Amino acid sequence: MKVLVAVKRVIDYNVKIRVKPDNSDVDLTNVKMAMNPFCEIAVEEAVRLKEAGTASEVVAVSIGPKAAQEQLRTALALGADRALHVQTDERVESLGAARALAKVVEEEQPELMILGKQAIDSDNNQTGQMLAALTGRPQGTFASAIKVEGDSLEVIREVDGGLQTVSLKLPAIVTTDLRLNEPRYAKLPDIMKAKKKPLETRTPEEMGVEVASQLKLVSVEPPAERQGGVTVGSVDELVDKLKNEAKVIS
Amino acid sequence: MSILVLAEHHDGHLAEGTAHVVAAARQIAEHSGADIDVLVAGEGVAAIAEAAAGLEGVARVRVADHAVYGHQLAEPLGDLLVALADDYSHVLAAGSTTGKNALPRLAALKGTQQISEIIAVVSADTFKRPVYAGNAIATVQSADALKVITVRPTAFDAVAEGGSASVEAVDTVVDNDLSSFIDEKLAQSDRPELGSAKVVVSGGRGMGNGENFKLLDGVADKLGAAIGASRAAVDAGFVPNDMQVGQTGKIVAPDLYIAVGISGAIQHMAGMKDSKIIVAINKDEEAPIFQVADYGLVGDLFELVPELEKKL
Ligand SMILES: Cc1cc2nc3c(=O)[nH]c(=O)nc-3n(C[C@H](O)[C@H](O)[C@H](O)COP(=O)(O)OP(=O)(O)OC[C@H]3O[C@@H](n4cnc5c(N)ncnc54)[C@H](O)[C@@H]3O)c2cc1C
Ligand SMILES: Cc1cc2nc3c(=O)[nH]c(=O)nc-3n(C[C@H](O)[C@H](O)[C@H](O)COP(=O)(O)OP(=O)(O)OC[C@H]3O[C@@H](n4cnc5c(N)ncnc54)[C@H](O)[C@@H]3O)c2cc1C
Repeated sequence: MKVLVAVKRVIDYNVKIRVKPDNSDVDLTNVKMAMNPFCEIAVEEAVRLKEAGTASEVVAVSIGPKAAQEQLRTALALGADRALHVQTDERVESLGAARALAKVVEEEQPELMILGKQAIDSDNNQTGQMLAALTGRPQGTFASAIKVEGDSLEVIREVDGGLQTVSLKLPAIVTTDLRLNEPRYAKLPDIMKAKKKPLETRTPEEMGVEVASQLKLVSVEPPAERQGGVTVGSVDELVDKLKNEAKVIS
Repeated sequence: MSILVLAEHHDGHLAEGTAHVVAAARQIAEHSGADIDVLVAGEGVAAIAEAAAGLEGVARVRVADHAVYGHQLAEPLGDLLVALADDYSHVLAAGSTTGKNALPRLAALKGTQQISEIIAVVSADTFKRPVYAGNAIATVQSADALKVITVRPTAFDAVAEGGSASVEAVDTVVDNDLSSFIDEKLAQSDRPELGSAKVVVSGGRGMGNGENFKLLDGVADKLGAAIGASRAAVDAGFVPNDMQVGQTGKIVAPDLYIAVGISGAIQHMAGMKDSKIIVAINKDEEAPIFQVADYGLVGDLFELVPELEKKL
């Protein structure tokens, strides 16, 4: 079966972001960018399905500026067979991304599409669910294990109360949670090989999809800073402070 | 046009989060003058509907009680919301795994860009939400006719009980041949729900193993606390996934948060830094958690935690 994975270019998860002084947005100048960690997990799962002989082809897709090709090359180095870049300088929101991905799904007809559960920049947690709705497919969100069973897919999901198992009729959409797998690192020879793998570029206009944003960003502020407190010297002092100063215990 | 709140419920009980989402809906209603409806969807949910009818500010509870809505799977829930949405200007749900699962399906089918995890209502179309693990707060304005919103429950004080809304059945029954429920393994605990507990005691990698988490039980028992964990503790298999606090786990804002053997990574702090009082117990005085802690205790948790339990 053919597996599609969506990868998003985001700031590296180690970077602590700053807000621009004019509060118009966050400052991304010279900030280290990387593949969204949940997308790394998505690529890893697809590649493992291929290694297990379940998947026949793994196609990586990204929507974003030219530089998003770096993340697609990473996906190719990790084992994807080919890549598709939907190039745009618009700020693409989840609905726009889902519409572009839905178009790709229509053309490629994958049996399985794996996305991250959330992008760590906007923390939206929407795109996979939107894609599932737009393509009329079932969804297994926040997956911590998946298993192909004939023409259906069993998904164990991380839910607030614990774990839930659902069965989805293929073709289906999955979004990854942290425990699905531990992604590998790309090896140098694979990074070299990835440069020769096919990477196709298209624009949303060519595909006939509207990705422009419908939400207006009014302003961006830094959060209220917490003041660091005091170091207490003993458990007795801590208990005393909690009782008599903070008054949070009695 | 009215506002619709999707009720959150588990195991036959209305979840606490719903009262917080209704509070957010009330703030929107102050600007738009709308009535607030609550939708209870599930199987055998009459008692939950009664509980929802008691929430202050709710005009009407709509009940979709049918096997197809059992386990609140996203596909039928999304279709039900689509069928009802034309009566509403806003549809709200908690930023829980249920809300996050179903609402984007409604938004996509209505061509609306959902607004996730709002923490403040500025007006009927403008909201604040955290981005980048809470390191920036974006104010966004939606021009969509239908606004689809998930709400961070901890950011809104729950409405009181004492309301008496009408309860009406919804007969819309959708088909679902796409997905089916197999089973679930839910954590059994007598402790309060992590998301709404007044006190949370969390352990990190420093706990060393799952067995040692029992050390936290004693403190949690004395304080009536819920127990949480860092991702590292969950990944290492010390405790189950539903205990993870953070950007990609649960968001908590208790009166008291005690972090034990947790270093204070950006992703962890995103889930707890709105707590009223933060206590950190860590042997490394340079650990970033001390930068947000009101009270820091430097030392070995294996000595300090048992002592704390004794002295509480
Ligand atoms: C401060 C701030 C303000 C913003 N304001 C606005 C605004 O006013 N208007 C606006 O339109 N947008 C705005 N955005 C951007 C917007 O919120 C996100 O970029 C957009 O929602 C994209 O979806 P997501 O990353 O949240 O998707 P999520 O649903 O969180 O992502 C889940 C998964 O979907 C897939 N995915 C998502 N996007 C792509 C992609 N481009 N290519 C491939 N796969 C993808 C990935 O697999 C990803 O792991 C803002 C962002 C920030 C940080
Ligand atoms: C995409 C992504 C999402 C993530 N989401 C989350 C999330 O939602 N929540 C989350 O928590 N993390 C999340 N993380 C992980 C995060 O980056 C950190 O790796 C994690 O929080 C570290 O956990 P920790 O503090 O328990 O472990 P460590 O950073 O290893 O810290 C352990 C601490 O214990 C202390 N210690 C050790 N022994 C003792 C002792 N005997 N007595 C006292 N102190 C001791 C040490 O000094 C140290 O400070 C995410 C990461 C990524 C990439």
